[in-house]
Amino acid sequence: MQLTINGTAHEITGDPRTSLLDFLRHDCGLTGTKKGCDHGQCGACTVLVNGQRVNSCLTLAIMQDGHEVTTIEGIGTPDAMDPLQAAFVKHDGYQCGYCTPGQICSAKGMLAEAANGWASFVSEDLDGKVELSAEEIRERMSGNLCRCGAYSNIVDAITEAMSTQTAGAE
Amino acid sequence: MSRVQNVIVGTARSALSWVPAQWLPGGTPDPLIGRHGEIGRQASRIDGEIKVRGEARFAAEVAMDGLCYATLVHSTIARGRIARLDSTAAETAPGVLLVVTHRNMPKVASPSLVSMSDPTAVGNSDLPILQDDRVHYNGQVVAAVVAATQEQADHAATLIAIDYEAAQAETRFGQAKSGARIIPSLLIERNHLSFGKAERELARAPHRVDNLYRTQWQNHNAIELHALTAAWVGDRLTVHDTTQMIAGEAAALAKAFGIPRDQVQVLSPFVGGGFGGKGMWDHQIVAVAAARMVGRPLRLQLSRESVYRIVGGRSATEQRVAIGADADGCFTALLHDGWSVMPPYGACPEAYTLGTRSAYRAKSFEILQRHIDIAVVPNTFMRAPGEAIGTFALESAVDELAHNLAMDPVELRLRNMPDKHPITGAPFSQHAQDQAWRDGAARFGWEQRAAKPGTRREGEWRIGMGCGGGSFPYVRMPGAAVRLTVRRDGTATLACSGQEMGMGTATVVVQQVADRLGLPLSAVTVEIGDSALPAAPMAGGSSQTVSIAAAVLAAAEKLPAELLRLAGNSSPLSGLRAGEVRMEGEGLASASEPARRETFRAILSRANLEEVSVTASGTPPLEMLKFAMHSTAAMFCELRVSDVTGEIRVDRLLGSFDCGTILNPRTAASQFRGGMIMGLGLALTEETLLDERSGRIMNPTLADYHVPVHMDVPQIDVIWTDIPDPRSPLGARGIGEIGITGIAGAVANAVFNATGKRVRDLPITLDKLL
Repeated sequence: MQLTINGTAHEITGDPRTSLLDFLRHDCGLTGTKKGCDHGQCGACTVLVNGQRVNSCLTLAIMQDGHEVTTIEGIGTPDAMDPLQAAFVKHDGYQCGYCTPGQICSAKGMLAEAANGWASFVSEDLDGKVELSAEEIRERMSGNLCRCGAYSNIVDAITEAMSTQTAGAE
Repeated sequence: MSRVQNVIVGTARSALSWVPAQWLPGGTPDPLIGRHGEIGRQASRIDGEIKVRGEARFAAEVAMDGLCYATLVHSTIARGRIARLDSTAAETAPGVLLVVTHRNMPKVASPSLVSMSDPTAVGNSDLPILQDDRVHYNGQVVAAVVAATQEQADHAATLIAIDYEAAQAETRFGQAKSGARIIPSLLIERNHLSFGKAERELARAPHRVDNLYRTQWQNHNAIELHALTAAWVGDRLTVHDTTQMIAGEAAALAKAFGIPRDQVQVLSPFVGGGFGGKGMWDHQIVAVAAARMVGRPLRLQLSRESVYRIVGGRSATEQRVAIGADADGCFTALLHDGWSVMPPYGACPEAYTLGTRSAYRAKSFEILQRHIDIAVVPNTFMRAPGEAIGTFALESAVDELAHNLAMDPVELRLRNMPDKHPITGAPFSQHAQDQAWRDGAARFGWEQRAAKPGTRREGEWRIGMGCGGGSFPYVRMPGAAVRLTVRRDGTATLACSGQEMGMGTATVVVQQVADRLGLPLSAVTVEIGDSALPAAPMAGGSSQTVSIAAAVLAAAEKLPAELLRLAGNSSPLSGLRAGEVRMEGEGLASASEPARRETFRAILSRANLEEVSVTASGTPPLEMLKFAMHSTAAMFCELRVSDVTGEIRVDRLLGSFDCGTILNPRTAASQFRGGMIMGLGLALTEETLLDERSGRIMNPTLADYHVPVHMDVPQIDVIWTDIPDPRSPLGARGIGEIGITGIAGAVANAVFNATGKRVRDLPITLDKLL
């Protein structure tokens, strides 16, 4: 069984009970993905599986056969941070930094969901184009807990990264 | 916490009150105050990039060969003994290397309880750790399983069968009140304070309020789980832990395991949130013992449930606050007393009356805390222990009095602002809470508040505004040491065992070293998070930054003498003494003839040395005893309450702070906001539910214990006076905890303003408004 993580193929040979989270952290040494609850309640372990955000503690590694996983280590490059990462630094979108990789991966997935027109609980219109107001961002990011309380700065960072990306696309 | 301590502190205070301030160590204001440099600028966090790249290494992420994994088993009764423990199935399960129980655990003395007089006493509980068959609280560790993988350990832990012989245990707060005890002192303050005849003044006051307020158990819930990776090589121990007390933990582990202090190294470069919870608990002792028993490096990362079971949080309280006032609203009596939990095996007095002692002027005071003993995991310090919940009771009471007097609540507070410590008479080092109130009210638009409750409405929503005062004492820990190194390449490094939990400590250390040495920010690095470095105090009491700053100041005073000695006779500085030079422009310069100067590079090159180092400790923190020193705040809240569901949505918060110099506006604003957000949790959602019949925590998960999430967080504005405190290093006071104080009061008062309903019982959940 094989999955691709940040573009590199990995064999799954270990204990079938291993969560994707533990596989990443222990078997692959990709410790940027964090464990905060192991029950899908805090979002610290958020990664992208085939482009969609997933709590990696809630899925087993063996269920990812053939899938493409992106972790924080696969976002940005050694030379250039992703616009989201740069915006988190600029806006102080963290304090202790433990929930940060999950926030960034989650934001990445969330921006793609919005671009694809997925509505949220606070969307006025379920079918129209999604305008990511601060309220929309807060609602869509509510699965990622930050106990230090960097929430305001995280929303500012996502807002800025979104506008740079939009400007880039146009 | 003894009577002797009360006498010593009292005597020192009265002696110091006669000593002129400039005679005290550090008695003259820090020369950096008012100088424009890196301090006060918005430097980005030095560790920001590695955090956003996922490269910051936390305790459970250290790779080691042959690593094994542990899981804990917890008691399911509150008190009694283990009658039968069958670990056969666990021991024979695949991958299992060891099952640790009281039957095979080595003899280990529990760490000494946290003490104000001994920085190496860092224990939160002094109960025996797997030493006998006794159970003292529901959730206590009764066994640990070690296996080759985490999955194997987790599975085997479920195979351990235990029968208990339960004993009678008191687990009900209300019933335990009758057996409450009164301890002589709270931290360094006297517990019982009686000033004037407060009950009599209250009885004859023309206006008075007298009510009970309740707050519930809470847990820190740092997102990083408690975890350590421990390795023995012979009698040398290396522990990668997530801890707020690196030096203290190293000393405590050395003592517990009977090895010299220099054979223990505790490393904790990043801590994924602490808030008071990342101290010494049973799991470190169990993991280190188990690693020695299996002869392999071992990792123990607690499950979220385990964190709730064995790491205590904030005690529940029941508080009475009574205020008497004359016709003008001037306080004639201020009474604050109540109950909180402190089991005999714990060390944290939840000091909810401390803030009340200096918050307002009053003709008389009566203050007393009682401690009750119930069978629970020992409670501990959690962000602004005491003040976070004490200000809820006090500031609610002030609001109730303002309503009775038909007076604006801000005006009532301003009318009772003290100009010195209201009880001891000690002068404030610096105090501008009145300015914080005025600035905050103006910025918030306080004048838009409807004086009559329940009169603003938008559809189903009732709108209200409330305010509350916040405070937290200034603390500087004794004994902070640092090593300051200047190198031939023009760089400098500050090293100490300090802790970085996200407060921005490391960043601010770099800023101040740059200013002290006259170096650019880019030339300065910091080494922290390692017990092998000079010992910094624990990260607690909002004290770390000024504690380290005092040691940096001492080191920077020592360095010129060393450099002048090296400079020699051919230097332009030749003949100058240490007191006659300043560090600026990347070197030393004569204070009277600034043209006589030489860079660090030039001095070290000529001396043919790679680097020069000095180690120094901060002066004793006598300013704390001579002056009344407090960070203060004025908090404002606007919220909506649904008439239909009772749901509360907070729309706006403003914190207006008076905390001395703000060293880094960016990281300070983040800390203020973070504290205020935790205050929203305290006010509205957070509650650790204890089953009163069994003493068992019923909601040990982040799904059932509700910390604030993105959607709960409104627009938050923070402002500050930025007036330097002339008595503290850098002119700064603590900012880590003040943010959570005053918020619950402001929220409760806003709920009253919106609905006319007074809720005196936190958290203010919607059922209390229907």
